[in-house]
Amino acid sequence: MKQKKVRVLIAKPGLDGHDRGAKVVARFLQENGYEVIYTGLHQSPEQIVNAALQEAVDAIGISVLSGSHNYVFPEVMKLLKERGMDDVVVFGGGTIPEEDIPPLLATGVKALFRPGTPLEEVLEFMRENVG
Amino acid sequence: MNYVEEALKGNQLAGARLIRLLEEGDPQGIEYLKALYPHTGRAFILGLTGPPGAGKSTLVDRIITELRRRDLKVGVVAVDPSSPFSGGAILGDRVRMQRHATDPGVFVRSMATRGHLGGLSRATGEAVLVLDAMGYDVILIETVGVGQDEVEIVDMAHTTAVVCLPGMGDDIQAMKAGILEIGDLFIVNKADRPGADEVVKQLQVMLEMRTAHDEDAWRPPVLKTVAVRNEGIPDVVDAFYAHRDHQERTGILAERKAKRQMHFFRELVKEMAAERIFGAAEGSAEYDRMLEGLRARQIDPYTAAETLLDQTLGGR
Ligand SMILES: Nc1nc2c(ncn2[C@@H]2O[C@H](COP(=O)(O)OP(=O)(O)O)[C@@H](O)[C@H]2O)c(=O)[nH]1
Ligand SMILES: [Mg+2]
Repeated sequence: MKQKKVRVLIAKPGLDGHDRGAKVVARFLQENGYEVIYTGLHQSPEQIVNAALQEAVDAIGISVLSGSHNYVFPEVMKLLKERGMDDVVVFGGGTIPEEDIPPLLATGVKALFRPGTPLEEVLEFMRENVG
Repeated sequence: MNYVEEALKGNQLAGARLIRLLEEGDPQGIEYLKALYPHTGRAFILGLTGPPGAGKSTLVDRIITELRRRDLKVGVVAVDPSSPFSGGAILGDRVRMQRHATDPGVFVRSMATRGHLGGLSRATGEAVLVLDAMGYDVILIETVGVGQDEVEIVDMAHTTAVVCLPGMGDDIQAMKAGILEIGDLFIVNKADRPGADEVVKQLQVMLEMRTAHDEDAWRPPVLKTVAVRNEGIPDVVDAFYAHRDHQERTGILAERKAKRQMHFFRELVKEMAAERIFGAAEGSAEYDRMLEGLRARQIDPYTAAETLLDQTLGGR
């Protein structure tokens, strides 16, 4: 019996203790039929990528608030490449200054959502880019 | 990538992708599994069950640490429920185990039940086989933990621990029938909270009544832990191994493994037979008429099922 389900890892790197945004997205995706693997707070890029590898996910969503985005996203993209996981779709959200977005997208990140983005937009992105 | 060769070498990406294929019911996954199968049967398979919030995932995290200290490689399959409404799931067991995410000797896979009952997912057994073939010495299975229908774990694990917590005295009374049967050991977690000793006592009394009085019988120990503070964990791991030694010595392990094998075989035949029978019938005009008749209540489901089987398998 075929049972295809899209699996998404939601991670929260950095030192701050706020994962409300990440949890809201996780719940929303669950309500729309996705299997969400939640990894919790304070995740390093290496922890995120290894978890994504073991969980065989189709996508990784990263929530940043602590201003570490210029380190976290490129590092995750680099590790994914090293592990042979180029096919995993990476997206993110949080407080990322406008001018930082294009260089991050250039590293292969598929989308970055600013705070206040309607969740429907995230869903539309998922449906179009992941499944 | 040659999934089988790489998985046998312990390549986590290959193992992970194989498990994913199996979880999706991809026929190619089964072909790979056949090739892996001769390399399975070595791992020590442990089950942890108990109500949600009892601290199973936290315990798994601490048990991993203890097993790693003993130089053993650890695989984990953690099962959480799928939403019956959306079909989606939030798999959060991993949160408690993420400290091990950078340890190459540990592999954690979360699974959603996807409608499967019994505390596990349909592909849990297959994931365990893959981890076994990959060379993990111990495989920990964390069940959903609805506390009622967790019987499946017994067929899969060599040793099953039931996790309880203080203040569930009445609950233990209520669920004693099922729960007492499946536990090879009992862990009273959150022993930092009041009431732990009462639960321990209660369990001991009930176990005493159940245990056969013959000398060789296994007496399930009741152990107190404080998983968040890493207290009592070495004793739990020792108890797992004591149970295994006992089972090996008495021949129960071999018996249990054989029984599990038979159970698995029968389940497989059921699943594959149903798939073939429906596959052969679907689309035929006769089958459509039968379904029509069922909907209109012109045929009873017993006659319909018998007719369908007679047609596909030949008469009895
Ligand atoms: N006080 C106390 N809390 C604990 C203990 N072990 C786990 N917890 C907490 O209990 C909650 C549920 O734990 P979790 O491992 O997710 O339970 P599970 O649903 O059985 O997997 C978490 O907030 C843990 O931090 C313990 O020994 N003492
Ligand atoms: Mg859990």
